[in-house]
Amino acid sequence: MNGGHDLGGMHGLGPVNPEPEATEPFFHAEWERRVLAMTLATGFLGQWNIDISRHARERQHPAEYLKNTYYENWMAGLEKLLVEKGIVTAEELATGKASGKADPALLAKVLTAENVPATLAKGGPAEMATEAKPRFAAGDAVRVRNFHPRGHTRAPRYVRGHVGVIHEHYGSHILPDRSAMGDKIGVHLYSVRFEGEEIWGPDAPSREAIYVDLWDDYLEPAR
Amino acid sequence: MAHDHHDHDHEHTEPPHDLALRVKALESLLVEKQLVDPAALDALIETYETKVGPRNGAKVVAKAWSDPDFMEHLRRDATDAIANLGYTGRQGEHMVAVENTPDTHNVVVCTLCSCYPWTVLGLPPVWYKSAPYRSRVVMDPRGVLAEFGTELPDEKAVRVWDSTSEIRYLVIPERPEGTDGWTEEQLESLVTRNSMIGVEPAKSPNAANEAAE
Repeated sequence: MNGGHDLGGMHGLGPVNPEPEATEPFFHAEWERRVLAMTLATGFLGQWNIDISRHARERQHPAEYLKNTYYENWMAGLEKLLVEKGIVTAEELATGKASGKADPALLAKVLTAENVPATLAKGGPAEMATEAKPRFAAGDAVRVRNFHPRGHTRAPRYVRGHVGVIHEHYGSHILPDRSAMGDKIGVHLYSVRFEGEEIWGPDAPSREAIYVDLWDDYLEPAR
Repeated sequence: MAHDHHDHDHEHTEPPHDLALRVKALESLLVEKQLVDPAALDALIETYETKVGPRNGAKVVAKAWSDPDFMEHLRRDATDAIANLGYTGRQGEHMVAVENTPDTHNVVVCTLCSCYPWTVLGLPPVWYKSAPYRSRVVMDPRGVLAEFGTELPDEKAVRVWDSTSEIRYLVIPERPEGTDGWTEEQLESLVTRNSMIGVEPAKSPNAANEAAE
């Protein structure tokens, strides 16, 4: 979707203003810690995947997305998913009080403290096999399709319609566009190199290139 | 939903303590329904505040600088090379190392969200997740690097890596001059988080000495 999260090339957002690395805390408020932890923990209930989770944050009004701090966007996404998946009701969320018991099937999946290290160390690999042969190989010229899906996608707007060169084939990975709808398929994934001038025009500073990871479905041959 | 109502009451100036209350209310609801274990939440926070962070990445870089076989392994299969040092798991399942050289500088971003190699760098800093960095570094990398005090010569090529998939990028900064004969442990002290994102070079031995004094 062409949402408020798709920021590459947007103007007017101000300077970066980094905090000094040596003194920057991991969190700037206690509630940020809790939002991070609740988001990670509830993910293990198995009711959504990382793409559904990203899409929930992206589906906010763009003005909200841009106004919010990072963990506010996580909180907004988490509340949305909990209600949409029927894990809590809108009324429970509003009152903070449980009006019924949780589904026993969910209770069996609750992440316990002793399982945290092993669960985090395991991660969730995104590789997924496909019968399809990769359509492209390193050195091939490709154009990113001019497409504007209403759902989740990982093809940023700033590269759509532009020509790049396949830098590397990464194998086949879960396609986020379908995964955000709960449907897992493996699709070939490539690192694609775009020259700055191709994306930003002749005024772009020279000797700059952008490498973007793009799935086979996003690409067409360029000639 | 509750927070929509809330927003209407307060326009665009939601006081942070109200947000803190909303988060607290959600946690007590989830705990009451036994959907989260508060001890697991504490363990998750402790992991990313005290265990998993950029010192992991610094060990990877220091080894890459010291051990040509390890550097070759990183080039061939960074996920496997890094796993051999014990760093595996969430947000580090598929790693690629990109090397800075005298001719080329690499810098990493996620324009669509905040993808970041947690296993080697921990949680991302605020600026990495912020709209200014995400919008601008793909369009004006030299300008953004200058805001970190990093001035690149015109003849040096810049590669920006936009993390749009589950591949996670780790920048291997250039080994600083004047570190011949340094041990891996000494070298580690020169490797900053920002140098592994690619917005700054690694510390020079002189700068590291001054900081220590």
